[in-house]
Amino acid sequence: MNIHEYQAKEVLRSFNIDTLKGAVANTPDEAVAAAKEMGGSIWVVKAQIHAGGRGKGGGVKLAKTLDEVKEHATNIIGMQLITHQTGPEGKQVNKIFVEQGCDIEKEYYVAALVDRATDRVVMMASSEGGMDIEEVADKTPELIHKVVVDPTSGLMPFQARQLAFAIGMNGKVVNKAVKQFIALYNAFVAKDCSIAEINPLVETKQGDVITLDAKMNFDSNALYRRPDIMEYRDLTEEDPAEVEASKHDLAFIKLDGNIGCLVNGAGLAMATMDIIKLYGSEPANFLDVGGGANKEKVTSAFKLILKDPNVKGVLVNIFGGIMKCDVIAEGVIAATKDLGLDVPLVVRLAGTNVELGKKLLAESGLNIIPADDLNDAAKKIVDAVKGGA
Amino acid sequence: MSILINKDTKVICQGITGSVGTFHSEQAVAYGTKMVGGVTPGKGGNDHIGLPVFNTVGEAVEKTGANATVIYVPPPFAADAIMEAVDAELDLAICITEGIPVLDMVKVIRFMEGKKTRLIGPNCPGVITPGECKIGIMPGHIHKQGKIGVLSRSGTLTYEAVGQLSALGLGQSTCVGIGGDPVNGTNFIDMLELYNKDADTDAVIMIGEIGGTAEEEAAEYIKREFKKPITAFIAGATAPPGKRMGHAGAIISGGQGTAEAKFAALEAAGCSIAKSPGELGTTLKNSLN
Repeated sequence: MNIHEYQAKEVLRSFNIDTLKGAVANTPDEAVAAAKEMGGSIWVVKAQIHAGGRGKGGGVKLAKTLDEVKEHATNIIGMQLITHQTGPEGKQVNKIFVEQGCDIEKEYYVAALVDRATDRVVMMASSEGGMDIEEVADKTPELIHKVVVDPTSGLMPFQARQLAFAIGMNGKVVNKAVKQFIALYNAFVAKDCSIAEINPLVETKQGDVITLDAKMNFDSNALYRRPDIMEYRDLTEEDPAEVEASKHDLAFIKLDGNIGCLVNGAGLAMATMDIIKLYGSEPANFLDVGGGANKEKVTSAFKLILKDPNVKGVLVNIFGGIMKCDVIAEGVIAATKDLGLDVPLVVRLAGTNVELGKKLLAESGLNIIPADDLNDAAKKIVDAVKGGA
Repeated sequence: MSILINKDTKVICQGITGSVGTFHSEQAVAYGTKMVGGVTPGKGGNDHIGLPVFNTVGEAVEKTGANATVIYVPPPFAADAIMEAVDAELDLAICITEGIPVLDMVKVIRFMEGKKTRLIGPNCPGVITPGECKIGIMPGHIHKQGKIGVLSRSGTLTYEAVGQLSALGLGQSTCVGIGGDPVNGTNFIDMLELYNKDADTDAVIMIGEIGGTAEEEAAEYIKREFKKPITAFIAGATAPPGKRMGHAGAIISGGQGTAEAKFAALEAAGCSIAKSPGELGTTLKNSLN
């Protein structure tokens, strides 16, 4: 789960990470009032959406007067912000964050993440702050420094110092940075993050070490024990169909194609998307109904798939293990009747109770195209959709 | 022969009195697995589905001589259950539980350093040596005894591979699901080393997914040391970057973990590539000729 920059800064501040004064605003007037109250002579007006690259897309503006704060706030609130992470349609900005400015001496990058290669949390830092870190990793990997953290000791000061020196810090700034790095690690672990990134972390002309922008992403498997983080969830940032799916305990991702997929298991769901593409069409979604699907779950899954007006056909691909094919067949029949399905439906069943499942489908009198295996299923749905177009 | 488990493996179930543990323990017994007991703290001393229940894993091992455990404990308590199995010095712990917080698994892996237990999973279907021992949630009846190893990060896609092999008359030596989580107990290389040494495995199907670099690392190992034919498939060629495809580990981020890169690495290592998930069995069969 992602949260906004202003929320991430709230979390980080509670771990003694230093940030500038700032306030969130929903209207230009609120923005001006906030800027006036925090004082200073320079402010940054920042769009709050769950995507990076906001500056390049015009979502971050510098204001030298309160009038400029108002002007930028007016332009940014309600805009459709397009960045390399939003997709071509962009994301609507509902909130902005108004923050004081500071005199920047140097910008750095620091992040904590779970490293699959070492099975540990790794702290990463770079002298190339403010840049797209993926580009830095690609072009100048030697400028990214890492330390691997032992979960029993946590990030030790010597490791934090190694990072600080490696990214070229000197003098009193080093000790300040060490405290910030350790605080970042502590926040990461205490809140079950999957990524906590500060970019840029700046050294000011006054010798302070400040977090200018922060991004936090949380492990969805751990949210059950982080109710404070759950409160930060912003449903307007998520795809409505995906939100609906999560209510029914379905894993669903909307895609751009026209063949809806209903599959059990994440690997098989991906493979089903892949084979649709190999037969020359595109999947409309990823949908894993999970291991214990029943009639209600199958019906909700169908509803989700059919909400997408692009869907011109549906492929059900079930390899029953725990899940019995006859139960799925009953679910498919009930959903088809309930929803009055008017696009081609191909059903491929395999595994536990497959014969019973196939028999139920055949005897249902419904217009369901049965398939014997994965190839047969993909070919039939692609043909049916193309034939109907 | 086989890898990891065989007809002599003595298995306990952690979480045996729960509905999932009960159902799959019954299925395992019906398949012929030597289930010798179960563990549910506070329910020790009782019998459940004809098996003795113990309060601790240590006691279960002492009384039954078990050398393997299967874990169906809910996610908030699963890391603790794995550590208890490791502490009791079982040879093998198979954790089926899906949804364990990743930082819990980081602690588990640290805890396991220097200990003897091998962990398979979490978030996996388990391990089966057809005709001898089934530990996990896979449907036993689709399997056939034989000489093909099946190794996968996925559950139902593993069944798909097994189904295709069995339909072609190709039985399996041992099928291992290593699980779809980013931090897990066993990687592809650990299992390939065992298949390499196993006299009864003639060839292997390896099924990967987008996300991470485990397949690329496996490709380097295969090139260097693996002597048997391997058929490889990677699920998720059509998945968009930045979206988690069901499994916590299946996400393309920072340009890493794409299906394209994984296919290329495995092909360069000499694997036969199944371009389509519908051709897992046939690609393997062709690799044998």
